[in-house]
Amino acid sequence: MDFVRNFPFFSIMLSMFAGILCSILPRRAARWVNLGAVGTIGALSAGLLGYLLKTGESYTYLMGHFPAPWGNEIRAGVLEAGMALFFCVIMLLSLLGGQKKLEEDVAEEKQSLYFILMNLLLSSLLALLYTNDLFTAYVFVEINTISACGLIMIRGTGRTIEAAVRYMIMSLLGSGMLLLGICVLYDLTGHLLMSNIKEQVALLAVSGEYHIPLMVCIGLMCVGLAIKSALFPFHAWLPDAYGYSTVSSAAVLSSLVSKGYIFLLMKLIYRVIGFEVFKDSHIIDVLFVFGLMGMIFGSLSAIRENDIKRMIAFSSVAQIGYIYMGIGMGTQFAMAASVFHILSHAATKSLLFVATAGLCDVSGGSKHFVDLTGAAYRDKWAGAAFSVGALSMVGVPLFSGFISKLLFAQAAVNLSGRMLPVLVVLGISTILNAIYFMKTVIRIYTPVKENGAKGNQDGRLLYPLVLCLFIALNVILGVNSQPIVDLIEQGLQMFA
Amino acid sequence: MSRRKSQEEYERTKAFRFWRWMSGKQDPYLGKVELVPREEPEETELTIQERMTERQMIRDKVYDIEHNKKLGVFHKIYEALAVCFCLALAGILLYTVSLLPATGVADKPVNNEVPARYIEKGLQETGAVNIVTGMILDYRAFDTFGESNVLFAATTTVLILLHSRKRAKDKQRREEESEGENDRVYEPKQDSVLQVAACVLVPVIILFGIYVILNGHLSPGGGFSGGAIIGAGLILYLSAFGFEKTEKLFTEKTYKCISFGALTTYCLAKSYSFFTGANHLESHIPLGTPGAIISSGLILILNICVGLVVACTMYTFYVMFRKGDF
Repeated sequence: MDFVRNFPFFSIMLSMFAGILCSILPRRAARWVNLGAVGTIGALSAGLLGYLLKTGESYTYLMGHFPAPWGNEIRAGVLEAGMALFFCVIMLLSLLGGQKKLEEDVAEEKQSLYFILMNLLLSSLLALLYTNDLFTAYVFVEINTISACGLIMIRGTGRTIEAAVRYMIMSLLGSGMLLLGICVLYDLTGHLLMSNIKEQVALLAVSGEYHIPLMVCIGLMCVGLAIKSALFPFHAWLPDAYGYSTVSSAAVLSSLVSKGYIFLLMKLIYRVIGFEVFKDSHIIDVLFVFGLMGMIFGSLSAIRENDIKRMIAFSSVAQIGYIYMGIGMGTQFAMAASVFHILSHAATKSLLFVATAGLCDVSGGSKHFVDLTGAAYRDKWAGAAFSVGALSMVGVPLFSGFISKLLFAQAAVNLSGRMLPVLVVLGISTILNAIYFMKTVIRIYTPVKENGAKGNQDGRLLYPLVLCLFIALNVILGVNSQPIVDLIEQGLQMFA
Repeated sequence: MSRRKSQEEYERTKAFRFWRWMSGKQDPYLGKVELVPREEPEETELTIQERMTERQMIRDKVYDIEHNKKLGVFHKIYEALAVCFCLALAGILLYTVSLLPATGVADKPVNNEVPARYIEKGLQETGAVNIVTGMILDYRAFDTFGESNVLFAATTTVLILLHSRKRAKDKQRREEESEGENDRVYEPKQDSVLQVAACVLVPVIILFGIYVILNGHLSPGGGFSGGAIIGAGLILYLSAFGFEKTEKLFTEKTYKCISFGALTTYCLAKSYSFFTGANHLESHIPLGTPGAIISSGLILILNICVGLVVACTMYTFYVMFRKGDF
């Protein structure tokens, strides 16, 4: 066996071990360990991606001496490795970009605890990507939930604790539903390994036996993961959780945690339930409708918002709606568009959060629009980066958001029944996005007479650098999209 | 010798006043309890109006009746809908359960080759007489490692939420400042019934916990249950003797060292076994004779690790949720 095949296992174990190690280290050392671990895992994932592109097929990896239905197993394909690489890049950039803010927001002796949770969160995301076993997925969903709560709460102000409690209640409800779904599915099929369940489910679907429990369990798992990834009617926890936590937490939560759950849902659709069975159930229509509603209502809430971080948070609701709309369209191409939107949204949303932190810093720490007037002149890099993020979210060519909208529209055109709603809602949502993002961009570029204190930008070489990397990532996704889309389609084929 | 007070001192005591009252020399209530009628303020049309509008304004401002009415209606509808929703969900789930394969039927889907191999070959392949332990710590050890990390993450989160922000070096000041918030000051120290009971029970409980952990691969039990027993013993000890005594044994540093050591051992041991297993290399860990205390390869070590993590987690949770900390 090629040595490269060990890399998924190394990545998961390395991030977990880094988390354990951080518990005895002082905060600076913990930070370096965390950054080192994320970087190393990114490099490992890149190596794995290269290897998988060369061989062109996915493989399974035994976790122990026992073959799959008895022992644990993980599985790596192009999509998983690519996602792992992408997640590491985003996490690294978010951590570096929010580092200064983290030192201000979080009490000194709690910073090493922050890095423990960050490492555990990364390990759980990686495990969700690579797992081939439903129960393993559930265990790591638990780690993910608890660490995300800690990351929200660590700022320790009243609002963040309230937000964390809200997040915890909603998220645990989601976990509970997922667990119920897994239990019912286990009872029906007798397996926890994804490929074995898929065979059994296909048999059940053909024979029509246990039709209702099967539908209930698909519904439970979809709703559970939808709550955890903040699909429209279940998004009540989201604005506070993203709006009041420290910058790196907000960036990581919005761009990685919710995406990890969506990826798990895609995995369930392709590898557990089977795409055809899922398509024939009516749950896909529900997801489609919720996605469309989320695109409009998320944007409407964002327009009404007077706090820039909460506005960006509400915009996440709309973007999650896009992803679910793609899942709900029920074609391979739409699914690829959804995966691309995961990448595009992750890159853009973390950029927006990091840039907003800079803008707020030079406006006396206020997050209200009135105080942000002219902020882009006070911190030029953050202003430019925010504008790029906003343009990308609206869907201006050159940036990643444009490509995902284009892909969604293309996917819709080939679709008979759902073309009209998708195109109409896509259009309305774009206009709404433009209203609130352009409003903000105009606001931060409105010159003010007394051009306040300029932000102290000495010795902050890192922050502009991170913003530049974010912008570059966005432009790469926007300009060089074809190879990435090809990669995603190849990955989805390996998935099935 | 009788202690006589001087006349001046005596006059200030209550006894003196009582005597004076008894002998009728002074009525303490005289001029103090009669009701003096309050002077009626001059009411004109203007002041009345002013008062009324003021009251109206305060009422409008504070209570916002219109909005509250709407809110009240909304809450009633909300509650009714929530109850309906929960009942509907419960109904759906119960209906689903009634359609699931019946329990106790031989050809249930769950009775397939997976449990068959666990039961038939479990002892031979893992060396553990307790099949459940063999399953969670050998066949599916990766999941269990995740499970221990759930506990680790939970403890970290609780530490974030409840750990005191003040550093240990200004301990003195901390104790002075937060006397009311700290159980160190107000804990029941001299509860001898509890102490005697604890003296008898704690060693037995902890020994039993150790027994359950060490025999996890031979008899029912294992790291999770044994760790919980040890944690309960530590908690009893803490409630009987207070922080002063337990600090000799268990501080934050102890917690860090134990959980780091246990999780690292688990991580390294299992990484070795995963790596050799996946690469089809031979594992050099002997399984030993089934039934002996030192047998079944890594399971004993992993049980000890899990037990330590669980005990630490339970004790730390208890300490954190009490007032004051480590």
